[in-house]
Amino acid sequence: MTTKTHVFDRETLNAIVDGQSESGRTALIPALLEAQRAFGYLSEELVEQIGQDLRVPLAEIHGVIEFYSMLYRRPVGETIIRVCTSPMCAMVGGEEACTAACDHLGVERDVPSQDGRFMVEAVECLGLCDHAPAALVGDTPVAGIDPREPASWIASPEEAPPGVVDGDLRWLTARCGVIDPTDLAAYERLGGFQALKDAIKDLQPEDVVETIKKSGLVGRGGAAFPTGLKWEYTAAAPGETRYIVCNADESEPGTFKDRALMEGDPFSVIEGILLAGYAIGAKSGYLYIRGEYPRARRILSEAIGRVRDAGYLGENILGTGFTFDLEIRSGVGAYICGEETALFESIEGKRGFPRLKPPFPTTHGLFGKPTAINNVETLCTATWILANGVKAYRAKGTEKSPGSKLFCLSGDVERPGVYEVAFGVQLQELIDMAGGVTGDLQAVLLGGAAGAFATPAELHLPMTFEDLQAAGLSLGSGVVTVINQERDLMQFLVSLAHFFAHESCGKCFPCQLGTQRQLEIVGRFAEGEAKKGDREALDDVGFAMTNASLCGLGMTAGTAILSAVKKWPELMAD
Amino acid sequence: MEDSISLTIDGTEVNVERGTTILKAAEAAGIEIPVLCYFAHTTANGLCRLCVVETEGVRGMQAACVAEASEGSVVHTDSPGVQSARKTILEMLASTVDLSEAPELHKLMQRYDAQPKRFEGGKRRQPEMIDDNPMYIRDYAKCVMCWRCVQVCAADAQYTYAIDFSGRGFNSSIGTFFDKPIPQTTCVFCGQCVGVCPTGALKGKREFLFEQGVAPEDIFQVTRRNGKNQRSLKGPHLDRGG
Ligand SMILES: Cc1cc2nc3c(=O)[nH]c(=O)nc-3n(C[C@H](O)[C@H](O)[C@H](O)COP(=O)(O)O)c2cc1C
Ligand code: SF4
Ligand code: SF4
Ligand code: FES
Repeated sequence: MTTKTHVFDRETLNAIVDGQSESGRTALIPALLEAQRAFGYLSEELVEQIGQDLRVPLAEIHGVIEFYSMLYRRPVGETIIRVCTSPMCAMVGGEEACTAACDHLGVERDVPSQDGRFMVEAVECLGLCDHAPAALVGDTPVAGIDPREPASWIASPEEAPPGVVDGDLRWLTARCGVIDPTDLAAYERLGGFQALKDAIKDLQPEDVVETIKKSGLVGRGGAAFPTGLKWEYTAAAPGETRYIVCNADESEPGTFKDRALMEGDPFSVIEGILLAGYAIGAKSGYLYIRGEYPRARRILSEAIGRVRDAGYLGENILGTGFTFDLEIRSGVGAYICGEETALFESIEGKRGFPRLKPPFPTTHGLFGKPTAINNVETLCTATWILANGVKAYRAKGTEKSPGSKLFCLSGDVERPGVYEVAFGVQLQELIDMAGGVTGDLQAVLLGGAAGAFATPAELHLPMTFEDLQAAGLSLGSGVVTVINQERDLMQFLVSLAHFFAHESCGKCFPCQLGTQRQLEIVGRFAEGEAKKGDREALDDVGFAMTNASLCGLGMTAGTAILSAVKKWPELMAD
Repeated sequence: MEDSISLTIDGTEVNVERGTTILKAAEAAGIEIPVLCYFAHTTANGLCRLCVVETEGVRGMQAACVAEASEGSVVHTDSPGVQSARKTILEMLASTVDLSEAPELHKLMQRYDAQPKRFEGGKRRQPEMIDDNPMYIRDYAKCVMCWRCVQVCAADAQYTYAIDFSGRGFNSSIGTFFDKPIPQTTCVFCGQCVGVCPTGALKGKREFLFEQGVAPEDIFQVTRRNGKNQRSLKGPHLDRGG
């Protein structure tokens, strides 16, 4: 590659940055993304210009570009082929497919092809685990990529189908796959936006909060915090400006339920955001969608346009005096930005470093203002509750885990997909729903990379927050990855360790250093090259990360691996 | 006192003002908690986690340098768990970074019986030393990522924004815009970063040359003659209003 000056035309750039200098730092990442789209990559000259236009110090822009996997300061291929090598895809040939793609194009990973048309990357979980092994070719999600035939999915990538959405309690997923997702009239015909109309016309914001409190709804993003309380705290926090943020960063390996909801029923996500906004007294909201979800982003932008045209967004909605607007923000390739405070930093145009807590988002959130941040599924559930009532909601599930839950089944099951069920079904039933295990069961990873392993003896466990917790497991974001006897569990652990080492933000020492040391030790065990004392060192690293890390990433970076060695000590015997 | 709270630290009852950190509260009780990234003149970020303590009834550990002492809490600053976490953090750090010029850390390593050897063979951070300006050298193989230099260069003191971060996770480092040499950045050579660096990663050029055995008159030549008018004119200069 020659080092010629990057040409970009000033007019196109003007169109990108014009009027943005007033919005300040928050305009930075959208501007970088657009500039990258227009000019291929973020050259020094280009970034210098953007920095001057937006008045952001150049060193800090450098820091931002360096943080996010999807921002590039060197030339890249016109089409980037991102092959998932996270555990769920690695298990079924992701690595081989990535190598095959490189060989086919005659390139190394991360290096553009001679003609500049392609570049191959091995990436962490793309949220396409139901289609494993999967890739993102440009903006096209591709299912079941064949390592033997890379030419076919590189040259003419076929868009993956929406994926299986099933289960025996179709509340949130009732419309998924049934209606055209961006057909607003169809959504309304099936009861959509009735809850919003009722709420903003007949209910006080505190009534909405009260309903959600009574329902017992807890967050579906992993931390299981009571949603009603979160809304109540945010509504009560002092200050004029408040925000609602919908967390659609969905990057936990094995998780793809939010994608199913966004692609299958985008209006209910929007309705949930509006309802939450009304409840907490917010006039604006953000929907932060991970950068690897171009399809969900496309569908949601279209849906937001329809909703705005229909008068559900904007000034004085339906003549009620309620004013609310919603903006989509794109993630740029960083799992940590699913952590709520890192997500705020990212919207604010910074590196995705988690903040110290307290203070909590309910008082000091986005732009330092009181903010309620909720997962996509949480907000869709809130929409359902406000449409159908607390009684109906509590009629299913258990006292402590009421209602329905979306589970993401992947790995060695007959029919991977999203399954909506009442809380309390047994793990076995869930697996059966997905057509059962292909082969003989070895292990189930519950809760994703941040979760823990269940053994075949634990299939009777009821899938509720309380039962899994009592068993030392976690429900997390609803990940159920099934692993049969043919799989190499050690390799699975290596790719889990790799995930955390790649995604640690680097802010605090235990996780920044520990995720790397953990990867090295697990790698040595996998290669049969473990040193004396490695097992103890692994425990100590896990202990330090779990207890001393600054945020949830580090606190859970060792749990799955430690649970595996606890249950199968022979995996890593000294 | 209206705004005073009381808590127990390692068995000693302490009264402090509300809002006091556990670190300061312990200090008041004559208990020393080890710190690394904490520095009285920069914003505390709770990065190194060497100062972690346990509070009864609270899950995980708290970074004493940023966590507020709370009424009635019972804090343990040197429990077996705390010792284990500190030991492991120090070992991982020492097996990653050259700590040869960080005597304070050596003392801590002795106190916690840290054995960095057990992580030997792992990846280290050892970039080449950067000697690109007449005022200071940057030897990031000694950098522990305490953020102090970035903070004093930015909003904690100088508002110059010459340096920030590169990379992510283990592969983080301190960097300049597109890795440019310091003279081509907004650096005003205030020297504050050098002053706050705890590990010798940033060092005055004179001190560096002196250590290398260069004669004082030659040092003068190098540091005075070569640095004129090299400051970058590009990019926003926040010290001059953008
Ligand atoms: C490393 C990390 C990644 C996370 N990723 C997500 C995510 O992708 N989506 C999500 O909703 N919550 C994620 N969370 C949890 C959020 O911090 C937050 O708890 C959640 O968005 C709150 O919404 P809820 O109460 O509706 O669950 C993550 C947390 C951590 C520590
Ligand atoms: S735990 Fe990991 S991800 Fe979280 S702040 Fe620390 S380094 Fe960053
Ligand atoms: S160079 Fe020195 S002051 Fe800066 S982060 Fe590294 S150790 Fe800290
Ligand atoms: S001294 Fe408290 S985290 Fe570093």
